[in-house]
Amino acid sequence: MEEILSQAKKLADQAEVFQVSSKVTPVHFEANLLKQIQSKENVSTALRLIKGGKIGFAQANGYIEPETLIEMAVETCPFGMPVKFDFPNPKVYPKIETFDSQMDNVNVEDMVTLGEQLISSIKQHTPDVLCEASVTKGIISVNIINSEGGEASYSKSFFNLSLEGVLIKAEDMLFVGDSYSSCHPIFDFRPVAEEVIKQLELAKRNVSIPTKQMPVIFTPHGVASSLLAPLVSALNGKLVFDGASPLKDKLGEQVFDKRFSLWDDATLPYQVASYLSDDEGVPSQRTPLVDNGVVSHFLYDLQTAALANTQSTGNGSRHGGLPTPSPSSLIIGKGDTPFWDMVRDINEGLVVEFLIGAEQGNTLNGDFSGNVLLGYKVEKGKITGRVKDTMVSGNVYKVLRQIEAIGHETRWVEGFLSTPCLYCTGLSVATKMG
Amino acid sequence: MQGHKADYVEIRLEETQITRIIYRGGRLEEVGRTSSLGGNVRALVKGGWGFVSFNNTNKLRDKVELAVQQARLTGKEDFKLSQTEPIIDVVTTGKNGLTTIPLSSKKQLLDEYNDIILSTPKIRTSNIGYYDSQRKITFANSEGTYIEQNKADANLRLTAIASEDGQVQQVGLSLGSQGDFSAIEGLQEQIKQMAQRAATLLSAPQAKGGEYTIVLDPVLAGVFVHEAFGHLSEADHVYENKQLQEIMALGRRFGDKYLNIVDGAAVPGLRGSYKYDDEGVPATKTYLIREGTLESRLHSRETAAKMNENPTGNARAISYLYPPIVRMTNTYIEPGTLSFEDIISDIKEGIYAKDWYGGTTSLEMFTFSASEAYMIRNGKIAELLRPVVLSGNVFVTLDNIDAIGNDLQMNQGGGCGKRGQSPLPVSNGSPHIRIRRCLIGGS
Repeated sequence: MEEILSQAKKLADQAEVFQVSSKVTPVHFEANLLKQIQSKENVSTALRLIKGGKIGFAQANGYIEPETLIEMAVETCPFGMPVKFDFPNPKVYPKIETFDSQMDNVNVEDMVTLGEQLISSIKQHTPDVLCEASVTKGIISVNIINSEGGEASYSKSFFNLSLEGVLIKAEDMLFVGDSYSSCHPIFDFRPVAEEVIKQLELAKRNVSIPTKQMPVIFTPHGVASSLLAPLVSALNGKLVFDGASPLKDKLGEQVFDKRFSLWDDATLPYQVASYLSDDEGVPSQRTPLVDNGVVSHFLYDLQTAALANTQSTGNGSRHGGLPTPSPSSLIIGKGDTPFWDMVRDINEGLVVEFLIGAEQGNTLNGDFSGNVLLGYKVEKGKITGRVKDTMVSGNVYKVLRQIEAIGHETRWVEGFLSTPCLYCTGLSVATKMG
Repeated sequence: MQGHKADYVEIRLEETQITRIIYRGGRLEEVGRTSSLGGNVRALVKGGWGFVSFNNTNKLRDKVELAVQQARLTGKEDFKLSQTEPIIDVVTTGKNGLTTIPLSSKKQLLDEYNDIILSTPKIRTSNIGYYDSQRKITFANSEGTYIEQNKADANLRLTAIASEDGQVQQVGLSLGSQGDFSAIEGLQEQIKQMAQRAATLLSAPQAKGGEYTIVLDPVLAGVFVHEAFGHLSEADHVYENKQLQEIMALGRRFGDKYLNIVDGAAVPGLRGSYKYDDEGVPATKTYLIREGTLESRLHSRETAAKMNENPTGNARAISYLYPPIVRMTNTYIEPGTLSFEDIISDIKEGIYAKDWYGGTTSLEMFTFSASEAYMIRNGKIAELLRPVVLSGNVFVTLDNIDAIGNDLQMNQGGGCGKRGQSPLPVSNGSPHIRIRRCLIGGS
């Protein structure tokens, strides 16, 4: 890295080298049985140059001659975007725990056993279910150095346990699933098993639902698969700057229900989306995005922040190219209503667990519309069974403006969102007739 | 690869060059190049797989040993891959001239497209993503196959975003080719219409949710056939699942006798075309549905062996970071005899949905979305609607196709995602089709 930096400095006004190495071991189960054990090692090195006020970029996965990488970046410089920022000076980074040295002691046999225990507990409840499961452990190290003396490095360990089950009866398929991630090794399969078994219990029989407007309770998985994509895009500083976000001139305004708060937090200990430095050397932080219904901040990287005349929030994240604003862990604040109190309050409504296709509508406008992969009908305060062949549509700005109730507990979904259940009204439910 | 006590071993080495150009609004946001070098080893012992991926190609023997160890820990059954002839070949697919086209020419074309979008009234901003890749893949296995394949791929996605009074509407266009740059040239008129449509959508009404008779244009019908049926015909969903095997028994009727659905990498010149798949199996053209009846499905060597069917050359990996899995290539509905007018003339009230926005499936349920939609009233195209999301159930919806047009077109934009491997270059297509009782989400 140092060699690339010192050579690049000679050809450019500023330079930055970003390197990630990872070693990941996934263990896969298919049709309830162990199928494949993998071992993946990867090193990638990215170079950003600032030359003549423009930014150049090149990345290499695997080994590359420093000269070749520099040549590639220099070639892109004349076409690059005009740069509005300097690479960060030396910074003081917060101390954030993302590495557990116990991860090294977890062997593949332990992971196989964990997966087998999980699958067997699901099969004990429902013998005919077919499970696809994976148990993954990994270690990532991130290093950043730049010509302005900035330097950041950290290691992260992670572990993930996930399961998807399908139960087929004639031509009816029922899909259930859950996952759990941590920077600590996971030894207990039960939280995932309990969630999946709860879904199997609630979906035991199929019931029909009419086409009309009705209240909907989004479970944590339901929030992630229905409401999140439009919110994440609207709170992205880049879309705000472009004018493509409906929230572009709503800073400081009450847009959502007074009880609704959402923040981004990269500083949570042992959460897989946490980091001490973002992917361009900016210290991580907790950023309130919606504070009691008021739009309070957007997510920024260095370039977007400079364009918008504000500060980076430490959300510069790379997905194979230049850094761009992306959330770390998103947290929705909890309320005070137990899930079953929400159910009891509904005369006719729907609980949405998984919606598919919801992010394919016009998310920029806040619209979502998807097919209920897993959802339950509520009738006279009770869950009566599973609904299918049903679509749910709405607009997050309407749905979250007045929330009926917010759940009193939160749950992590996919390791990046912690949310309670949200009980909302005014959703359109459309279903097949007969 | 020899002397490891494995039933089967393969090695893949890969070199890739990628160029990426991204615009947001008036800003050229990113011009970047990526170079990748890496590989993997896959080993099979008693039906269990070990897989090792790496960047550092030294000490290959140790990597093979690790993959074999992992496979040994996994495998517990008597199993053999389906037989294929060992092949030795060097292949170049598509046009390999992309890297010789200077960045400045690529940028000049995209600048022009961006200007067209941004100069349209009510357009607030734009997104343009251009991507091209050159890939050299060397594959060898313990049965004596050695294949070098050179592949090129290009992909362009343009989006026009209009806004007014807090409303935001967008329309997109996706194109791709196997490295032929001319496939993305000359789009000025199409892009102008796209931007104008985004502006018009601001005042368009939203469809009312419910069941409709719908007519799909060739692009959207291609996405429909990919999502609604293509994924279900991938044998890795079926081969370990007894109940699904009963439902998906060959010979089962899925639709009207005019319905023919094909997938095949052997169909030449498209983004999903190749000579050998990522297990070194020759590409084929496979009738998934012939005259309304399930005829065959897509296989890897493993799924073909387990189901005692023929391998079809559909095992694909997006890169050396992943093992090959069963994927589609070029998937389409074969043309029928009807004109567009024949198809819409007897529809009293329905929806004409055009152009691709997205699609996904759970195998049984699928959704796909149109970026352009109109009401059909009394056999005529009527008012423009906000984009619609359509949904269906594979066991019902295919049988509800009651008219197939004569105007097959293939769409080369976008890419397919499965089990974390995305985007994979595929193409899909269809003539215009009509579907009775299709569910639409809406107000």
